[in-house]
Amino acid sequence: MSKFSLKINGNTQVVDVDDNTPMLWVLRDHLKLVGTKYGCGIAQCGACTVHLGDNAVRSCQIPVSSVGDQEITTIEGLSENGEHPVQQAWLEVDVPQCGYCQAGQIMSASALLKRNPSPSDAEIEAAMNGNICRCGTYTRIKKAIKTAATATENA
Amino acid sequence: MTLVKTKIGRRSFIRTSALAGGGMMVGFSWLASCKMTPEEVNSLPKEWFDINGFLKIGDNGMVTIMSPNPEIGQNVKTAMPMIVADELDVDWKNVIVEQAPLNLDVFQRQLAGGSQSIRAGWEGLRMAGATARKMLKQAAAKAWEVPEEEITTSNGMLYHEASNKSAGYGELASAAVGVSSPDDPPENIEVPEEVELKGIKDFTIIGTDRLNVDGPKIVTGKPLFGIDVQEEGMLTAMIVHPPAFGLSYKSMDAESVKSMPGIKDVFPVDVYPEGVEKQWSDGGGIAQLVAIVGESTWQCMQAKKALKVEWEGPSDLESTSSYEDDLAKLLDAPVEAPARSDGDFNQAFKSAAKVIERTYSAPFLAHNTMEPMNFYAHVTADKAEVKGPIQTPEFLEKTLSSVLDMSIDNIDVGMTRMGGGFGRRLYGHFGVEAAVISKKAQAPIKLVYSREDDMTQGTYRPAYKVKFKAGLDKDNNLIAWSVKGAGTNDDLVFENRFPAGAVDNYLAEKTSLQTKITTGAWRAPRSNFMAGAEQSFMDEVAELAGKDPIDFRLELFDRAINDPVGNPEQNDYDPERYAGVLKLVKEKAKWDGSGNGKARGVSAYYCHNSYVAQVLDLSMEGNKPMVDKVVCAVDCGIVINPISAKNQIEGGIIDGIGHATYSQMTFEDGVPQQQNFDSYHLIRNIEAPKQIESYFVDNGIDPTGLGEPSLPPVIGALANAMYKATGKRVYNQPFILEKEIVG
Repeated sequence: MSKFSLKINGNTQVVDVDDNTPMLWVLRDHLKLVGTKYGCGIAQCGACTVHLGDNAVRSCQIPVSSVGDQEITTIEGLSENGEHPVQQAWLEVDVPQCGYCQAGQIMSASALLKRNPSPSDAEIEAAMNGNICRCGTYTRIKKAIKTAATATENA
Repeated sequence: MTLVKTKIGRRSFIRTSALAGGGMMVGFSWLASCKMTPEEVNSLPKEWFDINGFLKIGDNGMVTIMSPNPEIGQNVKTAMPMIVADELDVDWKNVIVEQAPLNLDVFQRQLAGGSQSIRAGWEGLRMAGATARKMLKQAAAKAWEVPEEEITTSNGMLYHEASNKSAGYGELASAAVGVSSPDDPPENIEVPEEVELKGIKDFTIIGTDRLNVDGPKIVTGKPLFGIDVQEEGMLTAMIVHPPAFGLSYKSMDAESVKSMPGIKDVFPVDVYPEGVEKQWSDGGGIAQLVAIVGESTWQCMQAKKALKVEWEGPSDLESTSSYEDDLAKLLDAPVEAPARSDGDFNQAFKSAAKVIERTYSAPFLAHNTMEPMNFYAHVTADKAEVKGPIQTPEFLEKTLSSVLDMSIDNIDVGMTRMGGGFGRRLYGHFGVEAAVISKKAQAPIKLVYSREDDMTQGTYRPAYKVKFKAGLDKDNNLIAWSVKGAGTNDDLVFENRFPAGAVDNYLAEKTSLQTKITTGAWRAPRSNFMAGAEQSFMDEVAELAGKDPIDFRLELFDRAINDPVGNPEQNDYDPERYAGVLKLVKEKAKWDGSGNGKARGVSAYYCHNSYVAQVLDLSMEGNKPMVDKVVCAVDCGIVINPISAKNQIEGGIIDGIGHATYSQMTFEDGVPQQQNFDSYHLIRNIEAPKQIESYFVDNGIDPTGLGEPSLPPVIGALANAMYKATGKRVYNQPFILEKEIVG
């Protein structure tokens, strides 16, 4: 067990955990930030996606000891009250069915739009291919990303 | 005020008190559970009045509507309250929706399954809203001393035109439940024995797009799901289950892991001791497991990896390859009696001018809900509080009563939003496991399955095989049709479905193979395979007859409408509604038989009381079908919430295409060969259809299911379009592995 000082959603949080504990479980079990979801534990489903700096990463594969002073953003910190254009587009298009994978989808989509504000269909598909939606909301996910891209352009 | 705890002890209730006149005044504290803006706080009522079990009205006109059924992503949590709100005649923006607790004294059929929530709930939900509206009118009539018949309502307001009086529901809610001020003694408003329901044309909420009520919480990552439950003093529990179906627990070396960081206890659990009364919903629950209880999930996972458990059992464990042979043999062996026989199939088949015979198969499938199985339990000597994602809370409660030897009155079952169901959470053994572990550990625990546990201790979609035969006369009329199906632990065939009733000589036979691999309902049970097989075969028969596949089907429906074979009551479909969706999809997809240069397939199926027809366009990338577009026509009667209904249709289509193309569970010596998403291929974004269009038949018929019906037929449309693209038929799922289409 070691103490780690982590920058999460703009705050500094100290946790006392095993060095190899993945960020996913630090977030969920220790910091009670349960918006980041467990799906597979092997970086195959994308449910645990968070931002490390500006990059979308699978938090199940990031040991707490490797984070250092890099900024972590989770779904809870993407915006104050859900006003991020991607979150707004998700609501407008009514994307979720069960909703379980959607935090991960939104984190992947927001990272994509940050580096590529108007992605093509193929770019959206490639960027979102690591996020499984078992309910099959893929067509709405694509539509919502385009909606968010347009909203950002017009903003 | 007397403090009364509600049945599941929701903490949002801070006080409840029964008052004279039978009314119930309920105080609420929303501040306890979530942060709200000052405007939101100001907009909350000071007092709520329980009108009936389904709804409460606040003194400021806000309405809380309970959603009685479990939410698995089918969006009943939005749709069911919409029905109540419409009959109550309130503004949807003033409605707060809450998940109801399990309470069968108030609610009926609190179950998610068979696409039946809306169909079964329709009348009761309307009654709940209409009854409350009538009681408010009665209260207004008394207050204003005018005849009740002269009172009208609109958007949460009551009006009496002649005297120019009006009031909001909130102002009269107290009177409606018989609560009055001390100087104005309460007068009972009788709960009416009969109420008038709205006409379809008067609906203001039903039939309009309403966004998912949990949407804002979902997109901001609020705790909603069972796996998100956090309680004071709660520990995490994980299980170790037999690695192969057919094995059972023998012994373990628990001491070696008990000293690992955070681990509190490791013990074998007898989930279903001898003499326990199990419910159907206990399904594939394994009697003996090993439980690991610890402080955190990661620590439990580490202990799980390190723990050595000995299992024992027979040496002849089952493998997928043997099922395939055994199912094939079953299809060749005679059955005792046909499930249905019209005319003389064998004679007609022998005398037919052209005959065709094809066999189709599909593998076991895992449900793979994105949220793995989990459940919270706190069991003490005299009380059990459990909550989590469960499609069958009523049956879990019954099993718990037997397993814990505790009265149902002392067991509280709470329902959380579910990260997918697809049938998996009908089988609530994980809830029982959680309770037994909590009791033994003497602590509140949250049981969490790893993805591997979830995939390898499944209640799988059975493996299936079906053989169809058909005969045409010299004029290419279908004169003989037979279907013979077999599945693992499941007999597969719906003998009274189409084309039964449309063919003079019809034979349906079914049989099953008993296996140790646990199987159960998987989204659209049996239909999820039968539709694809039947509609692929139908396409081949139409081709043999030299007819357009839609025209060929419509001819058969004409026969079933005008001159049905056998007793038409026996057929469990309505041929006019069936033909209706085919005609609609033909029009919307601009089907002219040519394919418009695209590889195009059609399919239609009836299940869960709804009718679906689809036209699918695709191109092939190697042996991978890339679907450009699916046009879908649906007859599910009245559509409650179109934006969400379309979401269900799109999801079913993607789910059907994905599993038929890519997915399978296989077993070797009882060991599941797929353990996680690296070896189990679920459809991904890039493989999903580029476009889906959905259309509804507008007929004003009472609503039927939508969670399942779009899935089964799309597999037929996909197979038929793949044939158009490659010139080769596909018979065995997953299609990606079908040898004939490679290269």
